[in-house]
Amino acid sequence: MSASDPRKRWEEEFAKSRLRDDPERFITVSGEEVPAIRGPEDVPIDHDRDLGYPGQFPFTRGIHPTLYRGKLWTMRQFAGFGTARDTNARYKYLLANGQTGLSVAFDLPTLMGYDSDATFAEGEVGKCGVAVASLDDMMVLFDGIPMGEVSTSMTINGPAAVLWAFYIAAAQARGVPSTALRGTVQNDILKEYIAQKEFIFPPHPSMRIITDMMAFGAAEVPQWNTISISGYHIREAGSTAVQELAFTLADGFAYVEAGIAAGMDVDTFAPRLSHFFNSHLDFFEEIAKYRAARRIWAKRMRDKYGAKSPRSWVLRFHTQTAGCSLTEQQPENNIVRTAFQAMAAVLGGTQSLHTNSMDETLALPSEKAVKIALRTQQVLAHETGVPYVMDPLGGSWYVEWLTNRMEEEAEKYFRKIDELGGVIRGIEEGFFQREIARSAYEYQKALEKEERVVVGVNRFKEADEKLEIPLLYIDESAEVEQRKRLAALRARRGDVGGVLSAIRAAARGSANLMVPLIAAAKAGATLGEIVTALKDVFGEYREPAEF
Amino acid sequence: MKLLADFLAGGVPALARAITLVENGTERGREILEAIHSRTGRAWRIGVTGPPGAGKSTLVAALTEAAAGAGRSVGIVAVDPSSPFTGGALLGDRIRMHEAATHPGVFIRSMASRGELGGLAPTTQEVADLLDAAGKDPVILETVGAGQAEVEVAQAADTTLVVLSPESGDAVQTMKAGIMEIADIYVLNKADREGAPRLAIEIESMLDARPGEHAWRPPVLQTVANEGRGVPELLDAIDRHRAFLEGSGRLGERRRRRLVRRIVALVNAAITERLLSDRVRVERMVELVQKGEKSPRKAAGEILTELGS
Amino acid sequence: MGAKIRILICKPGLDGHDRGAKVVASTLRDAGFEVIYTGLRQSPEMIVRDAIQEDVDAIGLSVHSGAHLTIFRRVTELLAKEGVHHVLVTGGGIIPDQDLPKLVEMGVGRLFRPGTKSEEYIAYLRDEVDRRRREREAAEV
Repeated sequence: MSASDPRKRWEEEFAKSRLRDDPERFITVSGEEVPAIRGPEDVPIDHDRDLGYPGQFPFTRGIHPTLYRGKLWTMRQFAGFGTARDTNARYKYLLANGQTGLSVAFDLPTLMGYDSDATFAEGEVGKCGVAVASLDDMMVLFDGIPMGEVSTSMTINGPAAVLWAFYIAAAQARGVPSTALRGTVQNDILKEYIAQKEFIFPPHPSMRIITDMMAFGAAEVPQWNTISISGYHIREAGSTAVQELAFTLADGFAYVEAGIAAGMDVDTFAPRLSHFFNSHLDFFEEIAKYRAARRIWAKRMRDKYGAKSPRSWVLRFHTQTAGCSLTEQQPENNIVRTAFQAMAAVLGGTQSLHTNSMDETLALPSEKAVKIALRTQQVLAHETGVPYVMDPLGGSWYVEWLTNRMEEEAEKYFRKIDELGGVIRGIEEGFFQREIARSAYEYQKALEKEERVVVGVNRFKEADEKLEIPLLYIDESAEVEQRKRLAALRARRGDVGGVLSAIRAAARGSANLMVPLIAAAKAGATLGEIVTALKDVFGEYREPAEF
Repeated sequence: MKLLADFLAGGVPALARAITLVENGTERGREILEAIHSRTGRAWRIGVTGPPGAGKSTLVAALTEAAAGAGRSVGIVAVDPSSPFTGGALLGDRIRMHEAATHPGVFIRSMASRGELGGLAPTTQEVADLLDAAGKDPVILETVGAGQAEVEVAQAADTTLVVLSPESGDAVQTMKAGIMEIADIYVLNKADREGAPRLAIEIESMLDARPGEHAWRPPVLQTVANEGRGVPELLDAIDRHRAFLEGSGRLGERRRRRLVRRIVALVNAAITERLLSDRVRVERMVELVQKGEKSPRKAAGEILTELGS
Repeated sequence: MGAKIRILICKPGLDGHDRGAKVVASTLRDAGFEVIYTGLRQSPEMIVRDAIQEDVDAIGLSVHSGAHLTIFRRVTELLAKEGVHHVLVTGGGIIPDQDLPKLVEMGVGRLFRPGTKSEEYIAYLRDEVDRRRREREAAEV
């Protein structure tokens, strides 16, 4: 290259120039150095081989030929609090305001497989989500909602099979057949061990429950996504974007391998696997992450796992904006953060989206805050023009360079995980937990040194900040009501000893667990009773905490 | 002293407080040690060490559950390194001991190595004395077998376990002879994993190759501590080792050697402390050595004589 | 400064979000504290038992689940029942302003929200532990 080479000339001029004097560093949210510019010489790509037009392998530019011109993303706000009756009212409000799918947030006792009247549940009933301890509660939660029409996502993992059984039984009680049900159970237990820590059973029996659900879904509930392979929580726990990408896909491959090992044809279950990613603040890094995810998934599914159906190759995903990016200080600013994150998700080609409410670091979202969050998506969809064109950032040298790098870095992690002996071994040895904890600590240190600026927190602070938004306050009344409901249920129903024994027998053997679980749901067995029966056989998991 | 009275009455907070006072090297701590010394020597002391990741804490928890289930009142000291840069420490052993901790009589104490003058081993011994005097039996001392100081802690026990896992195979190859030679019992944990049989054979052949006569051949036991597998057999092996030491009269000899090491270490620490608090004396001697008037050895000898007077 | 400050850090209740607790534990270690980290799902009984056995100066609880009133009440009551008065009970998480008076009444120390600079809670812990140690030693002698 000669001195007249434009790139060289620019580099020289850049090196001579004065840059602004500020502790703020030019790093992504993940702590990666951001180059000042990228040019064509940085990105050796072949459009048709590495990107493909939307709907074409390897799907970097999108999974569907029409993308948002064919169907807008599903606007799906995660909601749940108090009793099933309280949350049912919120669902009706969201549907009335134009939301197109439901997403159930359960309370902690439910997530951990305890009944609302268990000792462990004290003080936690209805606090972080809705309490659902029986088929009865599920019936109330979906009262007046057309279960055969609306698609429902349930964020449930440890006891996912039980809650799914409640849902299927509730629909059947309404005369809606399983074949008509559409929705998702999160059911991604690996990321629970890695990040969110709401696990119940040890990894191996947990994987068995999941393969039972995959097989049952393929046969009986064909429109249901039996796992939503989730990076969201990995990111919230403090990972970098690359770690989110790599660990999530590694988990996904572990489920694929488990399905194949259980004797299933990959093309029968792979199309029902969906993904769930975070959208954090680093705009381009996030977009590159989604594009890289599609490409990696497609290549592996076709080339490594031998999937024949293009439906097995495509990575469909839900996105939630990053809860961990929100600040308690000047909470109204969170509306702006969320809007940028939502735009990144749409530019990355998401299939559905949850936008966080501004008050989520303070409490569960109030009705007003949740409406603004939904309106953010509607403005994005209908006013900005962003979704009119497909993959508008495809061919951007910076974005393509980042996409390539994301893929390379993820591949390095895949090799590392293989060396460790796979995902479950990595979990048992605390590998993922250690990587994430380290990233979280690095992030915090950068914040404290002001290498990273967060508006309202370490810069542009307000001395006498007053909270000017109304908050949703959840008292203990849900707990009181749930105790009464459960007592009434236990008095009303017949003996459940038989259905619980059937669950234990299936757990010990190899029969599909979903069948006795649905029978137990119909007989009025509670979540806690069913989970206890499963614990009798499977035991409980204790985590190795790592720093 | 009220604290001593509470300690002798079996108070848990008093035991915990006494440990802090001893760990901090306070005068009150020393008084308590004097007062309880006659009550020590009853507990069986088990040292547990091995490379990081071998599953020591989980094994200690499983041992504790088994012993506590048999009605014994177990005391545990779990030592983790302090940061040499900040002096802080993150002590996480309790995480793996939640269930064990629920048994009545079980007392667990996390200790940072601190790198203080007195040396880690003597302080740990003193903490073990407190647990012993408080009626804990067995007393388990757990350390990461990373440095000499940590190995000494485990070695200062009646029965020393060296815990390995199949993943520590490489570690065994390169491990300092120190840690492999102190074992009375080898525990091959995570024995359900690939590589366990091979490592067991390696250890056995290492034992075969030991020079000289040995009255006790350390058994190589396989455990899966998080499922409790192999733990009853481990307890049996500890009992057998105890019977061997007691039956052969070696226990007294072993404990005597331990005391020798302990007293020497304390003397060393005391001398070092006095030297550091009297730098002028040292500096004066250094000057003479630099001028060529004395050899370093002679200077040291004179300092010792002066300190002794 | 006197002997090392010992602090118990854990996650009470069912919530598994341990990012904050772990970051604080690492930060305190790097500030020279001895941190006893006991992990997830700690009941008030476990917390108090561990605090006593470890003879800690302070307990730091991380609560994001909305169960803070129940948890802090039980921990402070159990400590009082065991006759332990010198241990500072502090923590952080998502805690609405309207609950603060009740927590103060229980004897809970300052609570720190997400976004707090570490130097702020480190200074608070040093001062408060120092004061409580002097009181404790005066009472013991």
